[in-house]
Amino acid sequence: MAMIEVNGLQKWYGEFHVLKGITEEVNKGEVLVICGPSGSGKSTFIRCINRLEEYQSGTIRFDGKDIHDRDVNVNSLRAEIGIVFQQFNLYPHLTVLKNVTLAPIKVKGMPKNEAEEVALGLLERVGITDQAHKYPVELSGGQQQRVAIARALAVRPKVMLFDEPTSALDPEMINEVLNVMKDLAREGMTMLCVTHEMGFAREVSDRVVFMDGGEVVEEAPPDEFFKNPRHERTKAFLKEIL
Amino acid sequence: MNYQFNWQLVLKGEYADWIVKGLVVTLKISAVSIVLALLMGTVVAVLRMTRIRPLQWLSLAYTEFFRNTPLLVQLFFWYFGCNVILPEAVNKWLYAHDYEFASGVIGLTVYTSAFIAEEIRAGIFSIPRNQIEASRAVGLSFVQAYRYVILPQAFRIIIPPLISQFLNLIKNSSLVMTIGVADLTYMARQVESYTFHGFEAFTVSTLLYLGISLIVSFAITMYNKHFMLQVKY
Repeated sequence: MAMIEVNGLQKWYGEFHVLKGITEEVNKGEVLVICGPSGSGKSTFIRCINRLEEYQSGTIRFDGKDIHDRDVNVNSLRAEIGIVFQQFNLYPHLTVLKNVTLAPIKVKGMPKNEAEEVALGLLERVGITDQAHKYPVELSGGQQQRVAIARALAVRPKVMLFDEPTSALDPEMINEVLNVMKDLAREGMTMLCVTHEMGFAREVSDRVVFMDGGEVVEEAPPDEFFKNPRHERTKAFLKEIL
Repeated sequence: MNYQFNWQLVLKGEYADWIVKGLVVTLKISAVSIVLALLMGTVVAVLRMTRIRPLQWLSLAYTEFFRNTPLLVQLFFWYFGCNVILPEAVNKWLYAHDYEFASGVIGLTVYTSAFIAEEIRAGIFSIPRNQIEASRAVGLSFVQAYRYVILPQAFRIIIPPLISQFLNLIKNSSLVMTIGVADLTYMARQVESYTFHGFEAFTVSTLLYLGISLIVSFAITMYNKHFMLQVKY
């Protein structure tokens, strides 16, 4: 059974048809890279999976269960599906450590000292050491994004969504974030990454999905995707960004 | 004019004690009402932010109703009008305790909370949308997200307008003398009736109000400056 099954997902923003029937399966441990021109609906698609966006038709199943099922608690669902945003969105009034421990303490009911231990472990894993007591504004963009990854991991999600995690970063900071993501992928995390980092896609993804105009135009394992894109739109897109 | 100023009269002895007693009541009723108004205002503001229509309407009706009717009328309503709809037991309890004080607190709280709710809402709107999104995305509930992420940021922003609401409440508390709460104004009035030295009595009470306001304003500003991290995005 696939971990995430998306079937005929459609969404409209008023008149605008953003998602025109997405069908996709993601297995446990799989790493998906979703790319495509801006406005193609890729961010909207992954945001539907943890119900940050509502959709009008189609179904999304997580662990075999419809995410809109009556007995699915949206907060527990979100704790199982972590997300990292383009703009980091750290809580500016809390220290780095508290940014990471807030959800484990409040959502999972973890005791404070245990949550702090977990958080420090995660911060070390993402390469943020000795900064736990600083405030987000004191960190660089790359560091903030790595803290955001640690924050998402703190509630032990089964899936991680990445919504253009490196697009707001200065070029020299992109790699430090990608390296953390690569480690995660190698450790077996199930990941859906909206990104234009094709090096990352080549290196760790199992499948690359190309979206345009609200639909999946083409998808293939990375080697095939980059060597033999079949669709004209994919070719044009790859020419633009490579 | 042969009015003899007699400052000793209100600065020493029995009449001074009256003034001090009134001052204590003013401080007490203001402090209690400020705390309650802040809580109530927060609840009313957050209700408006939910996606539940009836709660939004309730919040809107509350703010508009209490902001747009005179405080004096509201105080009279709570004091003279409200007991007819309250259960007998509650009335008995209130009469046995301090009915005037309780009505005063309710009046000041409800009136001020309507203004405070609007300030808090303005604060909430100035927090980037992605903050609520980031909090909900890790599994925090709506209430938790407001409690731990949104409101702590909003309050930092609205400290200055909140101070002026607190000061308004302190000054407005002088109206509770009309329902028989023996506050500073009531006591100054009392001194005047006994001594005919209204000038001294009301000068002293005016300066005391001024003093309280300046102290409150200064204390909060200092606290904000030194102990609260200024949020940057």
